[in-house]
Amino acid sequence: MVERIFKKSTTRVRIFLYLFILLTLVWMALTSTLHWQELTAGVLISFILSLFLSKSYVGLGLPTPTVKTLSFLLIYIASLFKEIIKANIDVAYRVVHPKMPIRPGIVVVKTELKQDLAKLMLANSITLTPGTFTLDIAGDKLLIHWINVSTQDEEKATQAIALKFEKHLKRVFS
Amino acid sequence: MHIAGMIAIGIGVLFLFLGSFGIVRLPDVYNRLQAGTKCTTFGCLFAVLGVGIVEPAWFWKALLVSLFVLLTNPISNHALGRAAKKSGVPLWDGSVVDKSRDFPSYANTEKL
Repeated sequence: MVERIFKKSTTRVRIFLYLFILLTLVWMALTSTLHWQELTAGVLISFILSLFLSKSYVGLGLPTPTVKTLSFLLIYIASLFKEIIKANIDVAYRVVHPKMPIRPGIVVVKTELKQDLAKLMLANSITLTPGTFTLDIAGDKLLIHWINVSTQDEEKATQAIALKFEKHLKRVFS
Repeated sequence: MHIAGMIAIGIGVLFLFLGSFGIVRLPDVYNRLQAGTKCTTFGCLFAVLGVGIVEPAWFWKALLVSLFVLLTNPISNHALGRAAKKSGVPLWDGSVVDKSRDFPSYANTEKL
């Protein structure tokens, strides 16, 4: 019992620390100065905010931040950026091409992610990448508008659209 | 530094232009959303970051602004598309497939 309480409190402390660092960094970015008065105010406000927010963070059931989770998150963001650049060039090409090579349609994609936040991140990533955006989510299915439908099959569409993000997100939220 | 920032702003403006060009050219709401949000996300990102590079004192604020754009733009895209589909805006005639009928909440909307 005591051990359990200790374990719980350490995750709480860890969440608190990560939140504190994040909030302080945001404060520093906003003020963009290293003057000690600004810093003291920022640290104080971040401390109070993360005291309250770490409680609600635990309540939301989000993954505990660790170095491993954060590094997976960074890998995911890097791959997302690559896809965003590809997406923009692709859509821009379709727009300026005199014949407009588009085959739009609405397809269904399946996901294996369970947490709401993971699904939100997947839907947002899909919206940001090659000619696809999420219309709706219901359970484990995503309704997606695709500007260039290459396959109507659910499995294949999942492979083409969602899988490249899902494998990163699974590791972040495992 | 100044030149690098200007180049970034130039790329941003180019993509913003292509996005607005797409809004004029593409056939229906959903396709226009594709151009109108994807290209503007990228264009906005580059333009804002370019300003941050030209004016180093603003760099971190510019970074925060671009992060905000990156987080909120897909949500506005999703909200607009969903609202259009729910209120029964038809797809373009050249559309290939519409599987929205598989979703219970869209069962009553018109097909293609």
